[in-house]
Amino acid sequence: MNEPEKVLVRAQGLRKEYGRQGGLVRAVNSVDLEVARGEALAIMGPSGCGKSTLLHLIGGLDRPSAGELWLAGRRIDRLSERELAGLRRHEVGFVFQAYHLMDELTAQENVELPALLAGRSPGEARRRARQLLDQVGLAERADHLPSALSGGQRQRVAIARALANEPQLVLADEPTGNLDSAATLEVLRLFEALHAAGLTLVIVTHDERIAATADRLISMRDGTFVDETHLAGGTRGNLVDLAGLGSE
Amino acid sequence: MGRLLLVCRLAVKDLRYRPVQALLLLLAIAAGAATLTLGLSLQGTTNNPYARTRTVTNGPDVVASFFPGNSNASGPATGVNPGGSNTPGTGAGEAAATSLLPLEHASGVVAHSGPYPVTWTLLQIGHTTGSAEVEGRNSGSSPVDHPRLMQGTWVRPGGVVVEAAFASAFGIHVGDSLRLGGTAFRVVGTAVTAAIPAYPGTCGRPIGCFLVGNIGSYNPGLVWATEADAKQLAGSSGPEAYLLNLKLNNPAKARAFVNRYDNNASSTAPTLYSWQSIRDGDAQVIAKVQKVLFTGSWLLALLALTSVAVLVGGRMTEQTRRVGLLKAVGGTPRFVAVVLLFEHVLVGLCAAGVGLLVGWQVAPLVDKPGAGLLGAPSAPSLTGTTVALVVAVALAVAIVATFVPAIRAARQSTVAALEDSARPPRRSAAVINLSAHLPAPLLLGARLVVRRPRRLLLSVFSVAVTTSGLVAVLIIHARSATWSLGPQVIQATTIISVMLIVLAAVNAVFIAWTTALEARHPAALARALGATPEQITTGLSVAFLPPALLGALLGIPGGIAIYDGARSGGGTTTLPSALWLVAMVILTLLVIAGLTAVPTRIGARRPVAEVLQAETA
Repeated sequence: MNEPEKVLVRAQGLRKEYGRQGGLVRAVNSVDLEVARGEALAIMGPSGCGKSTLLHLIGGLDRPSAGELWLAGRRIDRLSERELAGLRRHEVGFVFQAYHLMDELTAQENVELPALLAGRSPGEARRRARQLLDQVGLAERADHLPSALSGGQRQRVAIARALANEPQLVLADEPTGNLDSAATLEVLRLFEALHAAGLTLVIVTHDERIAATADRLISMRDGTFVDETHLAGGTRGNLVDLAGLGSE
Repeated sequence: MGRLLLVCRLAVKDLRYRPVQALLLLLAIAAGAATLTLGLSLQGTTNNPYARTRTVTNGPDVVASFFPGNSNASGPATGVNPGGSNTPGTGAGEAAATSLLPLEHASGVVAHSGPYPVTWTLLQIGHTTGSAEVEGRNSGSSPVDHPRLMQGTWVRPGGVVVEAAFASAFGIHVGDSLRLGGTAFRVVGTAVTAAIPAYPGTCGRPIGCFLVGNIGSYNPGLVWATEADAKQLAGSSGPEAYLLNLKLNNPAKARAFVNRYDNNASSTAPTLYSWQSIRDGDAQVIAKVQKVLFTGSWLLALLALTSVAVLVGGRMTEQTRRVGLLKAVGGTPRFVAVVLLFEHVLVGLCAAGVGLLVGWQVAPLVDKPGAGLLGAPSAPSLTGTTVALVVAVALAVAIVATFVPAIRAARQSTVAALEDSARPPRRSAAVINLSAHLPAPLLLGARLVVRRPRRLLLSVFSVAVTTSGLVAVLIIHARSATWSLGPQVIQATTIISVMLIVLAAVNAVFIAWTTALEARHPAALARALGATPEQITTGLSVAFLPPALLGALLGIPGGIAIYDGARSGGGTTTLPSALWLVAMVILTLLVIAGLTAVPTRIGARRPVAEVLQAETA
């Protein structure tokens, strides 16, 4: 297996800076990173350490100030806004803490959104959305607006949406940050299933229990990696138990 | 196909999700479109009713008039006393009437009626006083100009018939009592005629008319009485004029006939006017209304542009996160801009449709000479040019107002949009220094309002356009002491004024709402530090007053310029009294303060913790 086939994400000397001169802030400071295909990577650290910024850079939501960034063997740090949009459409799926669903669209329409943006036919987009909503256990809630869904249900819709275009990489920014334990369990089970299916996951979290479910854990502070832990045996098959939520 | 569906779905769903905003947006554009439709569709609307009336009443092709008192003026004469000392006696009047008789046998004349005596006098009904042109008629029917009764019966001794439009304007009904020159008469009927322009255009014919005494603010209206009653009203001096109605074998040559026999150079020759000039006299009223509506429609279009710019700005502020989300799931900046533009183009198209429909339906109500002409005024047909122009203006308003915010939103950083962070404000050292000495709520309000210069400019512009329109209306009313205004013009100015005020109010509310929306974080912080919601509301509301004052002051020269431009004639402009202007400025400030207080108050009532948490989420 050559490198692009093994390594999905590769960053070298990645930097993201805000402000100038005396007010310069390095949110991400010379980070080197590799994420293997099918790996579940958790990134932890205190607020403002740069973990969300790193996630935004990997997903093409933001551009780095310096360094190189590769996704599936393609350099993405110099892409135009239009090319980055294409990347987000086809290669990456996002799950946000605040769900970020369109309030005026139903669950089904929210899930259809990336597929339609990718140029799929309305019928195909609808079928795919139905299938994904069924997969996340919300087939019966397909026609509900987000306001009629619980926090956990909204996050499951957001996960379904992230999978609409069968991305290679799913990036989750504090996916359980707004959820209670029961909803957290629902979301973790979904991630477990995705991981088992071989999808690559990068999860930013504050929650050590969530981080413990990953294959690898990176700790960040002041924009740099300060620690890296390979978790024994990964998470396959026992993610929920590892999270300590099985009995809740 | 999928993307097209997505653009349509996003636009329609968003409009349905925020119905109040969508409705206000639609109303703002529709108001301008409706007025423009009204102005454009009134062109030529008097032709058909006049032709119908002429046919039914066997209207004259030419009317000849003779003034025994050497008053063969071709324009209206004011302040003439009907019993003036230079008018000849009854005998002279009758002799004068005979001077019209040769026209009865002129070449081309196939029928005639008259000569009928005419006099001008005061009309009183209840507490209302007006001026009347009293025409003496036989109780029998006449071969030419046989007025069509709309109600009641024809003239009889002591019983008069009032021209229908005049009766409608003064609220005169069959059975009412009225006084003509102090003598009591019973109203026995109302009728229409094609021999004279309908009220208030009576003076629009070439011979003009006499206005009586000191009641120059009223146009004279036509009243038919018996010949005996008319002569009795004229008194010992006799009738002031005689009218002879002529029917020609070729009505199309009426103007040529007039040119052949009319001799303005001789005081002893009769004055003639053709049926075409009477029709044009009727059209003069509509021409004035049209001018008012046309000018008003452009003002409303400008205001609609401001409204849409403000509304779109407000919507964009609210939709920041939506834009970020669209981009996060793969929408390109162009796609985002297309979605935002399409949404407002859709509203513009709907508004054009609503405006066309409303303008088309309202046109017959404004085309009130219909009251003095036969046939219920019907909706005029919309020409392709009118439809195209109205749709183009509505779309232009929507696109121009949306373009910049849409492009700006599309270019915004995805991360910043997802975080829903407000655009960094512009800071002005001058404003910071000036406001530093203000009490804390006013300081906060001033700095929050000033940090968006484009919105501030729109606020000034909106008030300036509205007050310009109102000043122009005040000038028209200041001139209404003369006889030139009719109820249609007053109606048109009222429509324009109300629409201007409503649109300006919408603008004020939305500018304040948008500012309050953007100010939610600093306002919540100020409240966290001890400020009350009232202080926040007062600070923001007061901060809107200086731009409102500037707009109101700019509106005064603006209104004068608009009036002068629309009049496109010479002469001096009669300005409204300074008291009216000062009252308008003060009222504008009070209304703005009241309107801006509502959204800022609602914004200030949101729990502090909720706002601060939302900002940090």
